Amino acid sequence: MLATIYALLFYGATILLVVGIAMRIQRYARIPAPLKIPTTPAPTTTGGVVLRMAREVIFFESLFKSNKWIWLFGWTFHMALWLVLARHVRYFTFDVWWWVQIVQPFGTYAGFAMVAGLIGLWARRFLVDRVRYISSPSDHLILALLVAIGLSGLTMRFVAHTDIVAVKAFMLGLMRLQINELPADPILLTHLGLVAILMIIFPISKLMHAPGVFFSPSRNQVDNPREQRHLAPWAAELEK
Amino acid sequence: MADGDNQIPKLDDALQVPCIKPGSMDGLQPFLASPEHQEALGFPGELVPDWKERALAKMEELAEKNRAFQVYLDICVKCGACTDKCHYFLGTADPKNMPVARQDLLRSVYRRYFTFAGKYFPWLVGARDLTEDVLKEWYSYYHQCSECRRCSVYCPYGIDTAEITMAARDILASVGMGQKYSNEIIGKVHSVGNNLGLNPKALGATLEGLEEDIEDDTGISVRIPLDEKGADILLVTPSADFFAEPHIDGLIGYAKVFHQAGVSWTLSSYASEAANFGLFIGNYENMRLVSQRIRKAALDLGVKRIIFGECGHAWRVAYSYLNTLAGPWDFLDQNYPIPQHILEFTWNEIQKGTLTFDKSKNDHLNMTYHDSCNVARGSRMGDMPGGQFEIPRNVIKAVCNNYVDMDQDTIHEATLCCGGGGGLLTDDLMDLRIKGASPRMTALQQVTKDHGVTHMAAICAICKTQFSKVMPKYGYEMDSVVSVHQLVSNAIILDGQETEDDAPEAAEAEE
Repeated sequence: MLATIYALLFYGATILLVVGIAMRIQRYARIPAPLKIPTTPAPTTTGGVVLRMAREVIFFESLFKSNKWIWLFGWTFHMALWLVLARHVRYFTFDVWWWVQIVQPFGTYAGFAMVAGLIGLWARRFLVDRVRYISSPSDHLILALLVAIGLSGLTMRFVAHTDIVAVKAFMLGLMRLQINELPADPILLTHLGLVAILMIIFPISKLMHAPGVFFSPSRNQVDNPREQRHLAPWAAELEK
Repeated sequence: MADGDNQIPKLDDALQVPCIKPGSMDGLQPFLASPEHQEALGFPGELVPDWKERALAKMEELAEKNRAFQVYLDICVKCGACTDKCHYFLGTADPKNMPVARQDLLRSVYRRYFTFAGKYFPWLVGARDLTEDVLKEWYSYYHQCSECRRCSVYCPYGIDTAEITMAARDILASVGMGQKYSNEIIGKVHSVGNNLGLNPKALGATLEGLEEDIEDDTGISVRIPLDEKGADILLVTPSADFFAEPHIDGLIGYAKVFHQAGVSWTLSSYASEAANFGLFIGNYENMRLVSQRIRKAALDLGVKRIIFGECGHAWRVAYSYLNTLAGPWDFLDQNYPIPQHILEFTWNEIQKGTLTFDKSKNDHLNMTYHDSCNVARGSRMGDMPGGQFEIPRNVIKAVCNNYVDMDQDTIHEATLCCGGGGGLLTDDLMDLRIKGASPRMTALQQVTKDHGVTHMAAICAICKTQFSKVMPKYGYEMDSVVSVHQLVSNAIILDGQETEDDAPEAAEAEE
């Protein structure tokens, strides 16, 4: 029963996540940028734009220029999240890939860094008057959700172990369209339930910043308006 | 104008972050455009009865036509990185002048009508209905943004509040709430050809007067041609260059440089305006119509090149948009950048060695340079990234002995807006303009204290006008802001000009 509910939950969440993001990305890709608006310092070549975008998404370059505290907490959280996600790959492959084995110890402790970063970001929503002013309930709730996911995961790893072999069997089963037994561990069920919620809200929330940043015209345009004429299809209509 | 000293913010340093003071700029708004000025631009004369439906339809249309608008509405995470980056927030402490909060005024409505979360859980995501109060709030706070893009530099996703402000103004104008200052001016460009409404005859007389002034000063006949068919270069410059100080000294500088370089050039009475206020109101069609005048003038006069005078937003539209709005420019000489900035031209001539200077003519000036926002963050000069910072400084240093930069965090792409850009250079917003100038003025006061800086050069007509108006509030003379080509004009030695026991330099360059 429990396994069936969670299986359906994850199938549904996965569909919403994938289809939702795909539809949104399709929309961003379809809508034209009518004018050239790259922000300085703007690269003059496509290669330069790729490098700029890489610096933005790997090092959070603009954020670093902007505010060292937000950068510290935000960068720590995101990089730790990648390590944690990489570590979790082991639950979805029968043989654990070599790089996942290498990541394993880092991914384990990155969980602490991830929660620390989140708490830092959350503290700013209370302590800095400007950030308090711009925070909506949803901004707090998303942080709460991520912190709860992190803490429940850390609890299973360091305090009250769950039957991880059974969890892996459940996940591998889902990927083969079969529903295996899921341990009735409340912490595990909380962890998985919150992850499913995160997947469901992703395409309809500010979490869309992750794919969205690649579509930001001020960051992804080449600075070459004098050399190359840029014209949106709807603007071309005006010339007829 | 009721401006006591109490409204001038005292900052300890240029970027000092104030504690928020909610409501401190509530209700401030520029005059509404009259029906006549609205209709001349294709907008309804006054607030239409079905404003709500039309505003939402316009919002939807813009989200379909402009990727930046759509993406930026979606992806802000409210991290707070931009909250202390706007000069109007630093100067007014009103939290709605924080870039993210300014965006949220519109984003909250977008969420309410166009997103799942906002439709079903508005309280959760700060979504709200579009009411007449919201419309008024938009009108107020989207006219407290100068579209300078400083926030965009610092946003981890490059979210550009200017794009949101422009969209909001376009929505407002489309339901009948346009801004008087910008729309009246755009109307004049459509009908006469420049922001001032200066007709060809008056313009010709003005230019003749300037030619006489130059001859009186230098003993050399330097021409400022108008509507000369067959000239090689069409100069498009802000109409402020024709009458206002210190702009006019810049125009004299361009004329002297062209004279020395030995090129043939002309102004056009049909396209006698570089500025394009269509940018300010965020309306593509109007911006395009204004740009098309330059194309027509270039074709009619048969020129081979187009050069723009010192004008900040104009250069953004020229550099970044002109090819889009009025191109393709296949009928011009492809060996030169299209369009070219006057500073690119002058710097090239300096490098070629065609210009001679007596730098000591500027020795009474201790200079610094204000990077104009739209040049700094929305355009470029020369072949290399950052040319828009290097070339003006190179030219200044070629003609002045005394130069020092302001605080690194307030120049180049981090530059602070003068406080009057983006359609706010109107007396009904004087309080905002004075407060918004305070970060830049504080940075200037610092170099005055540390290095004895007396004058600040700028290459934007709005910066020049704004600073000559607000600098007296901060303890400077109104002529403490100068054109870069005014400095060139002071130092340049024309062929045949007597160099010793000269006639005095232009009066405004004297202390």
